[in-house]
Amino acid sequence: MSIEIKNLSYTYNNPGSENGSRFVLKNISATIKKDEITAIIGPTGSGKSTLVQHLNLLLHASEGDILYDGRSIYGDDFDRKTLRASVGLVFQYPEYQLFENDIFTDVCFGPKNLGLEKDEVESRAKKALLAVGFSDSDFSRSPFELSGGQRRRAAIAGVLAMQPEYLVLDEPAAGLDPKGRRELFQMLRRLHDENGVGIVLVSHSMDDVADFAGKILVLNDGRVIFDDTPERIFSHGEELRTVGLDVPQAARLAEILREYGFDLPQGLITMDRLRTAITDCFNRGDK
Amino acid sequence: MFRDITLGQYYPGQSIIHRLDPRTKLLWTLVYIVSLFVADNKYAYGASVLALAAVIILSSVPFTHMLKGLKAVLVILIISVLFNLFLTDGRVLVSFWIFKITLEGIRRAVFMAVRLVCLILGASLMTYTTTPNQLTDGIERGLGFLKLIRVPVHEIAMMMSIALRFIPILTEELDKIIKAQTARGADLESGNFIKRAKAMTPILIPLFVSAFRRAGDLAQAMEARCYHGGRGRTRMNPLSMAGRDYAAIIIMFAYLGGIIVLSVLL
Repeated sequence: MSIEIKNLSYTYNNPGSENGSRFVLKNISATIKKDEITAIIGPTGSGKSTLVQHLNLLLHASEGDILYDGRSIYGDDFDRKTLRASVGLVFQYPEYQLFENDIFTDVCFGPKNLGLEKDEVESRAKKALLAVGFSDSDFSRSPFELSGGQRRRAAIAGVLAMQPEYLVLDEPAAGLDPKGRRELFQMLRRLHDENGVGIVLVSHSMDDVADFAGKILVLNDGRVIFDDTPERIFSHGEELRTVGLDVPQAARLAEILREYGFDLPQGLITMDRLRTAITDCFNRGDK
Repeated sequence: MFRDITLGQYYPGQSIIHRLDPRTKLLWTLVYIVSLFVADNKYAYGASVLALAAVIILSSVPFTHMLKGLKAVLVILIISVLFNLFLTDGRVLVSFWIFKITLEGIRRAVFMAVRLVCLILGASLMTYTTTPNQLTDGIERGLGFLKLIRVPVHEIAMMMSIALRFIPILTEELDKIIKAQTARGADLESGNFIKRAKAMTPILIPLFVSAFRRAGDLAQAMEARCYHGGRGRTRMNPLSMAGRDYAAIIIMFAYLGGIIVLSVLL
């Protein structure tokens, strides 16, 4: 089970400007596996959002191909409705798409569009809302009564109710407070581990993805510059900083401690790992 | 479809027409439109076409660019030409079945076409050479006398500027919402008219909510900077009439007089 991106390029047509068109994505190849949480990071304008919009055919590549479980999504026999149900895309600030009087009806919108029976629609909506942490008594609440974090979870439930194989989220934690972030990531982790939903996450917070992702794609200027595990990517601190990114705080702290002579191993990208390593250091009786 | 909005299609440039005071251009446009309705013979129409051609050349906006603006009214143009062509009584030149073409019909159809084309080109020439902000400034100052009869001219001009400023923002927002609902399986393209109109609800409600939210934010930001309407407000770049504006206005009166003379005497 995977999504394979093959030599994908996307040109943005701008009829107004003199130079006509420019590349937003250039020759991108990557594989997104269902059993591994994939994070896409990159500075602003690097093409992250553009790339994920290709995954469910909201944008059509100028060149290249995308294979969903081995079949090209651009093939004539590939149904785009099925694809949009299988690859659920949650946009940035999704809470602004809520439009119904209560969150339950809003969450029903997605599955209803799939042409399912009423019972099935409602049972899916219920499951999705429970999965993102709402209780039965919240179902009839208006989106306007909810807090920002709750509204965002309701919007994510709206996509989840279509029961996608993959859930693609564009900056899901933007604008949330630390508690909201923690809850969101716990929820995504649960969806992945317990319900087997493939998760793709666009972010520019290194700390979020270091904890969370099994694999990271780093985009810069429309190209993939790294495609590797977080441990290995975050050992390239210098390169990341030249494109306007950075390593997680824990890795940064580890770098500084090494300069002061601490003998720390590589790959300390989360605070937990750093703490263990420092404790080991002291126990060994080093400096 | 939302990219076809021709409102405020400024064509950047430094020509003498671009540098004219927006009030001069507004007045000229108004007078030009009036002159098109005053004109009623070939000499007067010829003079209006020549005047327009001269201004287009002076403005250095490419003519092909201007023709694009005509596409939107092509249907109206064709309909009015056909109506005039077939439905005017007079000396019959050709007739077949229930249709007849008269000499007067041809005359009126040609005049109608010239009048409409000049009208559209003349009005769009103003928007090509004037930024939307200059235009609202021009309207505010040009209609300032209406304040005497308690018309809130400044407020209306401010509303116009804000509305113009928000068109690209809301277009972008609309694009985002359409994409997001499409990702949730919304089908906006198929079905009959009623079905498609219903399918707009998930798009329009978030758009309205967002417009209200932005309006509230903007009002707060304006108040935070002590905006309190037009009274006692001064401008950073006040409009001022230059020599070229007075020259343009003198030419304008000469032109209007010429058209009246040509229409009445000939």
